[in-house]
Amino acid sequence: MTRHIVGRIGFYTLIALLMAFFTVPLLWLAAAPFTSDPTYEVSLPDFTFTNFQAILEHPYALGSLYNSLLLAVGTAVLVVLLAALAAYALSRVRMPGRDALLYALLLLSSIITGTAAMVPLFQLAVELNLIDSQLGLILILTGGLLPAAIFMLKDFMDSTPKSYEESARVFGASPLQIVGHVVVPLVRPGLATIGVWAIANVWGNFLMPYLLLSDIEKQPGAVIMFTLYTEGGQANLPLLSTFGLLYSVPVVLMYLFVSKKYGFRFHGGIKR
Amino acid sequence: MAAIELKGLTKVYPGGVKALDSLDLEIPDGEFFALLGPSGCGKTTLLRTIAGLETATGGAIVIGDRDVTGVQPGARDVAMVFQDYALFPHMDVTDNIAYPLRIKKVAKAARAEKAREVGERLGLAHLMDRRPGQLSGGQQQRVALARVMATQAQAFLFDEPLSNLDARLRLEARTFLKKLQRELGVTTVFVTHDQAEALAMADRMAVMENGLIRQIGTPAEVFQRPANTFVASFIGSTPMNLLDGQVRGERLEVAGCKLPVPSSVEGRLSEGEQIVYGVRPEYMTYSAEPVEGAFGGRVSIMENLGAAHLVTLEVNDTLVQVVVPEGSEPPLGAEGFAVPKDGRALVYRDGNVV
Repeated sequence: MTRHIVGRIGFYTLIALLMAFFTVPLLWLAAAPFTSDPTYEVSLPDFTFTNFQAILEHPYALGSLYNSLLLAVGTAVLVVLLAALAAYALSRVRMPGRDALLYALLLLSSIITGTAAMVPLFQLAVELNLIDSQLGLILILTGGLLPAAIFMLKDFMDSTPKSYEESARVFGASPLQIVGHVVVPLVRPGLATIGVWAIANVWGNFLMPYLLLSDIEKQPGAVIMFTLYTEGGQANLPLLSTFGLLYSVPVVLMYLFVSKKYGFRFHGGIKR
Repeated sequence: MAAIELKGLTKVYPGGVKALDSLDLEIPDGEFFALLGPSGCGKTTLLRTIAGLETATGGAIVIGDRDVTGVQPGARDVAMVFQDYALFPHMDVTDNIAYPLRIKKVAKAARAEKAREVGERLGLAHLMDRRPGQLSGGQQQRVALARVMATQAQAFLFDEPLSNLDARLRLEARTFLKKLQRELGVTTVFVTHDQAEALAMADRMAVMENGLIRQIGTPAEVFQRPANTFVASFIGSTPMNLLDGQVRGERLEVAGCKLPVPSSVEGRLSEGEQIVYGVRPEYMTYSAEPVEGAFGGRVSIMENLGAAHLVTLEVNDTLVQVVVPEGSEPPLGAEGFAVPKDGRALVYRDGNVV
């Protein structure tokens, strides 16, 4: 009996420690921006808005969030569009070596991560005159995310019965009509998932923009955050925490919105 | 409306599987035609090839006066109901029924009107705003039917239209479908693996096995005179008695009993020949008294068929089944005799009817 109680206590202590480990940074992020002189400690804020005032006056802070949005949405749109077309074709057309191609894509894209591909990507961007261009960065980020996106979407398309499309086809729908009227509405939850995943990926990406953009006016939030230092070379905690909060809120809101709107539901219409 | 004609239709799948082997078939205008066979016999492939969802490897398909062998499915002017109905889950019933008209670029108001009209006819008027997920199986099936009716196609193709309904509903839907087809008068081909369904609904039917058509005929022809032992064993709710026998003079010796040669094959059998004697349990009468030219044996099993009993006689180690009407069931273990009705007993030589 005592052994049992001791075991329970140990178990919940461990849980509490783990929770604290993940909660404390979040609490700090919520409290520090409203504190006049934040430290690394989590303390009760005095509800000042001077930090927000300061970040508004920062020459690049708001612009960088706009840049982040531009990069993230641009990449997500390209990824969803290209991955949907590729995944649909791969799911519906039988061709020799299809599975090998898919696995090679996935394998290579997970082995050769951003860090390993840094130098060649930089070289490529220089040769193509895409250095310091947001479009160039969007293309490179899209390339990085596409293999995994194709893989995930193909799985999703595979699980969508073919008879929907065949039915539309017998009624005379053209391939484009089939995609527009039937396939896209059916796989919309999958497309939304891929879109959110791509946005979150780009939003948090530091290395690629840091590497490929040199004009600070074009830099996204992830890179600007890296510049928030005091003259003495110390981290500027008031600015850093405030910017951190502004930087994370859009992603959280997006997740909430998308999961409410597209949470995985299936409406039926296929009798099993 | 149009007739459908298949000429030497062949379909070989990549990898060499021959799903359809040089089929010839004519379905006249307005006929309700069943394709019947066990799983994997090629009946669904045949339907899909007529629809254009599979490309024929050889041969031709003619619908009306038009050779449609190489024509895209949408341009063949046929409409299809899929086994899973394939109603679009993101559209309501109106939009589902009107979808073929949307493809034909009919104005929105006109197609909603048409959908309402067809929906009303099939008793869907109060469901027009629902999504397929909010409908029962029977309602979904009627929406699928309404959708093909809205196309006003030359021919309808149904792929196992009743297999997703529960048993009670299936019988209702059978009657409903047959009545609907009669009223519309549209040439309809339907696929089923249920012989009772094919017999009940079809004007004519084809029984398929391994990509070949084994018999074409009206349900009565196929039931009364199966062309071969495959069709004989496949058709009928109670299996046909198929018994090995031998020609002995003026008689047939089957399961140790002497039976008269059926009048239909008289003079066409040679002495000593090995044959298969086929007679349906429904086409025999039971007698408790010894009868000349009958199977005599002991009653070993009784199965209740509702208004009749299926009695299994053990005749010299061979099992012979006979249907006995209610009220005259013999006791188990009794001595009994099964008399084949003349004109209903068949003789098969090398698997084919003589």
